[in-house]
Amino acid sequence: MFRTTLRSSVQLLSRRAPSTILRTQGTAYRYLTQEARSQIQKAIEASPVVLFMKGTPDQPQCGFSRAVVQILEMQGVPPEKLKAYNVLADPELRSGIKEFSDWPTIPQLYVNGEFVGGCDILLGMHQSGELETYFESKGIIPKLEELADDAAAPSSNSDASKAP
Amino acid sequence: MPIDKIALEKAIKRAIPVSHLEIEDQSSGCGESYAIVLVFQGKTTLARHRFINELLKDQIAQMHAFSQKTYTPEQYEALQEQQEQK
Repeated sequence: MFRTTLRSSVQLLSRRAPSTILRTQGTAYRYLTQEARSQIQKAIEASPVVLFMKGTPDQPQCGFSRAVVQILEMQGVPPEKLKAYNVLADPELRSGIKEFSDWPTIPQLYVNGEFVGGCDILLGMHQSGELETYFESKGIIPKLEELADDAAAPSSNSDASKAP
Repeated sequence: MPIDKIALEKAIKRAIPVSHLEIEDQSSGCGESYAIVLVFQGKTTLARHRFINELLKDQIAQMHAFSQKTYTPEQYEALQEQQEQK
């Protein structure tokens, strides 16, 4: 019983595969539809930090994506400000985002709707300290001085947190 | 189709004057994974990366993995000094 189901599903796949591949490649290279474009535009504006990656932050499926997730963690980007899209779950997004950003590889990071870069750029910015300044200036992570002020006046801080 | 190192090197050198270029084949011979380090003048990091992405568009599309470190001469010099100090 199992064998027959397996065989039929395999056949189904192989019959479908060529046409699907052709179709997605066609859209990938030239014709990113207006609809796809506006969907991606919406996606990058959905959250202050948006990451297009392979896999999920908990289970990255690629070393470059893993590296970027780790960098964001180390930078202390709050999870509620981060939205990650798994391009492996969506072939159209996978090809569409490359054309949208004019960037050939995944992962890709957007901050406040602005393209920052892929793994190499983020790694470089992280190592040089530039990324921290960048996230601070974009209001993604609190500035160091603010943290120091909070630490210096813990009582006023706790009052502030109770206020609406 | 494998991309060979010499073709990459030629494509880069034909397009821009690079003061430093390292191409490392990380694919153990199948020609699908490269890491390159290059040094040339360009406005921002993002602009330099985009330039190389565009230049090697066809090659990158055929590869499985591609990684670049693209510095300006000043950045590269500073980096070298840092490494010497370590």
